[in-house]
Amino acid sequence: MPHTAADVPFDPEDATRDEARLRRFLHGLPGVDRVGLEQRAADLATRSIKKSAKLRAIDTAIGMVDLTTLEGADTAGTVHALCARARRPDPDRPGVPPVAAVCVYPDLAGTAATALSGSGVAVASVATAFPSGRSSREVKLAEVGMAVAAGAAEIDMVIDRGAFLSGRYGDVADEIVAVKQACGSAHLKVILETGELATYDNIRRASWLALLSGADFVKTSTGKVSPAATLPVTHVLLQAVRDWQAVTGVARGVKPAGGIRTTKDAIRYLVAVREVAGERWLTPALFRFGASSLLDDLLMQRRTQLDGHYSGPDYIAVS
Amino acid sequence: MSEDARLPVAKTHKLYIGGAFPRSESGRSYAAGDARGRFLANVAQASRKDLRDAVSAARKAFPGWSAASAYNRGQVLYRVAEVAEGRREQLAEAVARGEGTPEDTARSIVDTAIDRWVWYAGWTDKLTPVLGSANPVAGPYFSFTVVEPTGVVGTLAPQESSLLGLVSVLAPVLATGCTAVVVASTDRPVPAITLAEILETSDVPAGAANILTGSADELAPHLASHADVNALDLTGVPAEQRGALERSAAGSVKRVLRVPATEPDWTVTPGIDRLRGCLEYKTVWHPVGT
Repeated sequence: MPHTAADVPFDPEDATRDEARLRRFLHGLPGVDRVGLEQRAADLATRSIKKSAKLRAIDTAIGMVDLTTLEGADTAGTVHALCARARRPDPDRPGVPPVAAVCVYPDLAGTAATALSGSGVAVASVATAFPSGRSSREVKLAEVGMAVAAGAAEIDMVIDRGAFLSGRYGDVADEIVAVKQACGSAHLKVILETGELATYDNIRRASWLALLSGADFVKTSTGKVSPAATLPVTHVLLQAVRDWQAVTGVARGVKPAGGIRTTKDAIRYLVAVREVAGERWLTPALFRFGASSLLDDLLMQRRTQLDGHYSGPDYIAVS
Repeated sequence: MSEDARLPVAKTHKLYIGGAFPRSESGRSYAAGDARGRFLANVAQASRKDLRDAVSAARKAFPGWSAASAYNRGQVLYRVAEVAEGRREQLAEAVARGEGTPEDTARSIVDTAIDRWVWYAGWTDKLTPVLGSANPVAGPYFSFTVVEPTGVVGTLAPQESSLLGLVSVLAPVLATGCTAVVVASTDRPVPAITLAEILETSDVPAGAANILTGSADELAPHLASHADVNALDLTGVPAEQRGALERSAAGSVKRVLRVPATEPDWTVTPGIDRLRGCLEYKTVWHPVGT
C-alpha cells in the first residue's frame, strides 16, 4: 500500500487549529506514486465480473446512482420525469431497486422533493455557485439555505479551486465548515473538481482538506469540466476515506461524477471501492455515482443478463 | 534477383466497426482459402461481443444517416462507386481467387457490383415518390403516406457471391437510410474487407455500415435475438436454418426480409423489394386549411 494510516501523523483538532498547521499537515501528506496508482487502477479494471456477480453489481450500482440533471434548460417537467424514473427505473421489472438520489439545481429542489416524497429517494441539490464556485460566501450560503429549505437532503458544494490552487487552504476550509453548518442535518458532498487540480498530490490534499472540514462525501467533479471522474482519481479519494476511517473510526463517502456512462465503467469503480476502501463502502450510504446516462446502460445490461440476449434503448425509458 | 528478395508486406484483414478497423475482441482469426482450398489470408473471426459493438455503432450512426437528405445519401452511395472504380483490379483479383472464377468473369462481376452502387444511389430520392402516396379520404383532411428507414438492419450476406452479392444486400440498406451490420461470407471474406476499406474512404459516415468476418453460424443467432436490431436479412443462411432464427427474431418483433431459398442470380438488375423491406410506412392525417 502506498499510503496507509500509519503514514499520517494525525490529530484533526491539531491539524485545523490554524492555517499554518493545516498547510503543514496537507503538505506533509505522502506524495502519490503516479505510476503505481495508474497501474493499479488499470490492473483492477481488468477484473472480469460475470453472470450472477455481474447482475448483483448492476443492482448495486443502480442503487448508488445519483440521477442527475444539471442543464440550463431543465424544467419542472423534466425533473418530474426524472423523479418518476428514479422511483422505478425500469417499470417493466419490479425487482429493479430505486436509485439513491436525484440531483438538481437548487431552484428545482422543491419540485424534486414533492415528486419524490415517500419514495425513499433523496433529493440532492448542487449549491454554492455551481459549477464554478465564483461568488461571495453570503451568496453561496444563501443558496445552500434555499436548497435545504426546499427539501434537499443532500448538498453538493464546489470548493473554491482558485483559493486552493493559490494555497489559501484556510479559506477553503472555512467555507466548507460554514456550508456544513448551513446544511444543518443535510448531508454535505464536497466537489473537488479534480480536473482542475492538476496533480494527484493536490487531489489527495483537497480530499483531506474536505474531510477535515466536515465533508460527508468527497466528490470528484461537477461534470462540467473535462477530465471528470477517472479511476485513478477515485482511487486517491477512496484511499483518503479509508485512511480517515482508520484514524478517526468514522466512515465518509466517495462520489465519482461525470464521464461514467457504461456498466463496464461502473463495475470497474465498484471493484476499486471493494479493493481500495473495503466492502463496507459498497453501499449507497458511502458510495455514489453522479451520472445521467449511466442508468440507461445499467438497465439495458440488466435486461441482457436476465433475458439472455442483447437489449436496446427501445425497451427502457432512456433519458 | 534483388527485387524478388523483398519481403512482401502481408495485409492484416480486420473487422469494420464504427468506421474503424479493429481486430476481433476475442483475438481470434481463421484462415480463409481460395476456391481450391489453398491458403489465401488470415482474417479476423468476429465474436458475439464484436457483433454487439457493431450493433451499438450502427445504432449510434442511425440518427445522422437517416436524417441525411435523400439527395445527400445518393451522393454518398455514388461516391462509393467512384472510389471502388479505382480499386477494380484489387477487387477483381480477390473475387477471382476467392470464387475461382476466370479473370474476365471476375472483372465483369466487379463492374456489375460498382454499377449496383450507382443504381441504388439513383433510388435514394425516389423512394418517397414511388412508395409514398397522397391518399384519397372522405373528409376535410389531407392524408399522406411517407416512407421512413426502419433502423438497424442485420444482414447475413450471401455465402457464394462474395462481392456482388454483398453489395446487393448492403447497398439497399444504406440507400433507404438504415444502418447496417453485415456478416460477410464465411469462406470468402476477402472482398468484404476490401469493400470495407472502400466504404471507409468514401463519405459513408462511421458506423452506418459495419462489416464482420467470421462464422455466420456462430453470429447469426446473436444477431437474430438482439433487441436493438430492427430488421433481419437471412440471405446467407441455408433455408433449413432460417426457421429458428426467424422465431428468435420474432421475440423482438423484427422485420425479417423475405428472401429466396437459394442465392438468386445477382447479375440481374434487382427490383425494389430489398428497399421496401427496409422501410416503414407512416401515414399522416392533416386538416385542410390550417
